[in-house]
Amino acid sequence: MTDTQTKQIDQSTVKAEARNAQKQVFVEFWHYFSANKGAVIGLVVFGFMILVALLAPILAPHDPGHQYRDAFLLPPAWQEGGSWSYILGTDAVGRDMLSRLIHGSRFSLFIGVIVVSISLTGGIIIGLVAGYFRGWVDGIIMRVMDIILAFPSLLLALVLVAILGPGLMNAMIAIAIVLQPHFARLTRAAVMSEASREYVTSAQVAGAGHMRLMFKTILPNCLAPLIVQATLSFSAAILDAAALGFLGMGAQPPTPEWGTMLAEAREFVLRAWWVVTFPGIAILTTVLAINLVGDGLRDALDPKLKRS
Amino acid sequence: MNVLEIQNLTVTFDTANGPFKAVDGVNFSVDQNDILAIVGESGSGKSVSMLAVMGLLPKTATITADKIEFEGKDISNLSERERRELIGKDISMIFQEPIASLNPCFTVGFQINEMLKAHTDLNSNARKERSAELFELVGIPDPTKRLKSFPHQLSGGQCQRVMIAMAISCNPTLLIADEPTTALDVTIQKQILDLLLDIQTQNNMALIMITHDMGVVAETAHRVVVQYQGRQMEEAGVLDLFENPQNPYTKALLSALPERADGDRLPTVADFASSFEQTETAS
Amino acid sequence: MSEVILKADSLYRDYITSGGLFKPADVVHALKDISFDVKKGETLAVVGESGCGKSTLARILTLIDAQTSGALQIQGEDINIKTHKPTADLRKHVQIVFQNPYGSLNPRQKVGDVLEEPLVINTKMGAAERRELAMAMLEKVGLEPVHYGRYPHMFSGGQRQRIAIARALMLRPKILVLDEPVSALDLSVQAQILNLLADIQDEFDLSYIFISHDLSVVKYIADRVMVMYFGEIVEQNTREEIFNNPQHEYTKTLLAATPKASVDSIKQRLGVS
Repeated sequence: MTDTQTKQIDQSTVKAEARNAQKQVFVEFWHYFSANKGAVIGLVVFGFMILVALLAPILAPHDPGHQYRDAFLLPPAWQEGGSWSYILGTDAVGRDMLSRLIHGSRFSLFIGVIVVSISLTGGIIIGLVAGYFRGWVDGIIMRVMDIILAFPSLLLALVLVAILGPGLMNAMIAIAIVLQPHFARLTRAAVMSEASREYVTSAQVAGAGHMRLMFKTILPNCLAPLIVQATLSFSAAILDAAALGFLGMGAQPPTPEWGTMLAEAREFVLRAWWVVTFPGIAILTTVLAINLVGDGLRDALDPKLKRS
Repeated sequence: MNVLEIQNLTVTFDTANGPFKAVDGVNFSVDQNDILAIVGESGSGKSVSMLAVMGLLPKTATITADKIEFEGKDISNLSERERRELIGKDISMIFQEPIASLNPCFTVGFQINEMLKAHTDLNSNARKERSAELFELVGIPDPTKRLKSFPHQLSGGQCQRVMIAMAISCNPTLLIADEPTTALDVTIQKQILDLLLDIQTQNNMALIMITHDMGVVAETAHRVVVQYQGRQMEEAGVLDLFENPQNPYTKALLSALPERADGDRLPTVADFASSFEQTETAS
Repeated sequence: MSEVILKADSLYRDYITSGGLFKPADVVHALKDISFDVKKGETLAVVGESGCGKSTLARILTLIDAQTSGALQIQGEDINIKTHKPTADLRKHVQIVFQNPYGSLNPRQKVGDVLEEPLVINTKMGAAERRELAMAMLEKVGLEPVHYGRYPHMFSGGQRQRIAIARALMLRPKILVLDEPVSALDLSVQAQILNLLADIQDEFDLSYIFISHDLSVVKYIADRVMVMYFGEIVEQNTREEIFNNPQHEYTKTLLAATPKASVDSIKQRLGVS
């Protein structure tokens, strides 16, 4: 066998091994995650939400913004006066509830993803710098974080939105700023505990500089608690956006965002329960599903909880 | 009468990769005043077998045995309550990491007091006296003052002494020591081993010493059980084991000792592996 | 006469613990007046218990910490990382292998990346060249090329220590500082790793600074022995002299405390002739 042939055979087996190794990691993760039945249910529901959001234009029976002049405040189909062309009823200006809910899922997921991305990125960088350099840098950064955490989150978000102006984008930025100290704290704690480990010292002896140590060596080992916090922040973001929307400071009507829908429906609580209840249930289900997934992730990713 | 008798003990864990047999058919017995060493490398199941006897394994473990008897009584199927009465009082255990084995939030005096409260009828003053007495017995200087210390204020050696004091507080018949000196410095190790041997003689206790260090075995044990990957390889008196090992794994282990090296290379277990792998399939 | 490859002259390392409102700042002398040298190809064992300063010394020798005072010379070059930041060339001279095989490898890095990292940081080699060197080194330490793509947690303690040794050798250092490299390993695995270390010492012409508290291992592997206690060197001599003719009280205590796995000591204990 020639040298090049052995090398080639080595390459393909090596690649196969590498893929195998990653597959094994996933299999072990799934074993622990699926042991938590609630988490699996949450995952299924959340997956369903994502599907609904992606296929919204196809799934929704009507255009969410179209106002049907002859169908104001129709009750759900199974009630007297309802119609099967508007399964969950219509709102005060004749828009189909089901279609608005389906399109609303897009907004909720969008809000969750954007808010978590912004606060995760910001929080990680801040926490990384604070935990790695310690000293006065750490002191200043964490005092700023403490100040942000001292405000009630919704109040702070309201203030920021008042400064930036109402609207969904500004609401998301405000919520991201409010949620970001949680990530910073978590990252800082994880970095401090990992920074004294021997593999970090080994990298230092090999000549790694600050950037490489922070981002390539330490950070990948701090991700577990961050992932769990990210799922919980996802649901917090949706709830906060809904609250801001309810107060009229978030998504502006006619956006079919679930919280805004609740705001518009305030006056109809007694007259038309379906206009209030269905957006509420949608928010509840999504947030619950995400929290269950977060629980399962924590069980699967926390090495101390591993039972065998 | 044998203090502890185990026959055909098997422990299987339920893991992400399927069932894992940590202990496979282990038999031995310990008599009063006997010092038995269980020797093995990591993965040999030496700690797991004793944790199984104590009932300290997680729910993912399945324990089966023909016999687990303590002082003639079957202890494999005790209720939680009965087990709690036995453990700590008649059978006691000390562990490898002394500082981690103590609760960091409470003083050591509080912890040993808890032990006495659970298993004896002494009143509060009598317990305090007994605690100080025990600390003195295990060689902690200034015992009454030390009762008020927290674990992090004590050194590793002192924490291990506290553990030993707690373990013998109720005069157990059997003491199981799981690698008690592995985490300690060499000079402290000698002191702790001497202490254990003294206490064992004074109280007529049976002592099971779990270790991977053949030197510790040579200096403390009467009889030795050698385990490898959950299986029992050999059981013999300590002098017989060192002078005349029968099992190829024991031979391999002894010749891998650096102090027995003659020449540049140390023989490794792999050099002997073929012989003892075959012995298993034959039997 | 072999050349001296590392020379330490009166090294001191002090730590200043900051005082609070009610107590003055305190100085802790972690290392006091440490002077020794290491010749090419020899193994110097550093023996001591916890708190003796051996880890502090290891940090100074591997260029991640600076001495408070005193001179350190590696291959004739003066070292003080406070005044001159160590260059890539300097890093190539000294590398380290740690005690804990379960903590010294980054759990999120594949073995191939672990081995290539020193090359990525310190050289300008291309990916293919790095991979070739990494694979070759894996085989040198007794592992297989297919291990290149696996994660550390998929290996046993002994195998991980081999990976750690392979990583330390990637930059072809002249000196290897080994901080209790076999203490956390089983006896049979320890023998394999000690054999491996002996082999590569010959092949790569390495000098070892072998930190250990296990005197039986030290007796087997060391050429010269240095005994440390509370930051100071209490005795420094050839292996034969230290073991057969210990001078300092502490050395004698250490030797007496080490458990001996010998038939004679058993016979003595049991009172059998």
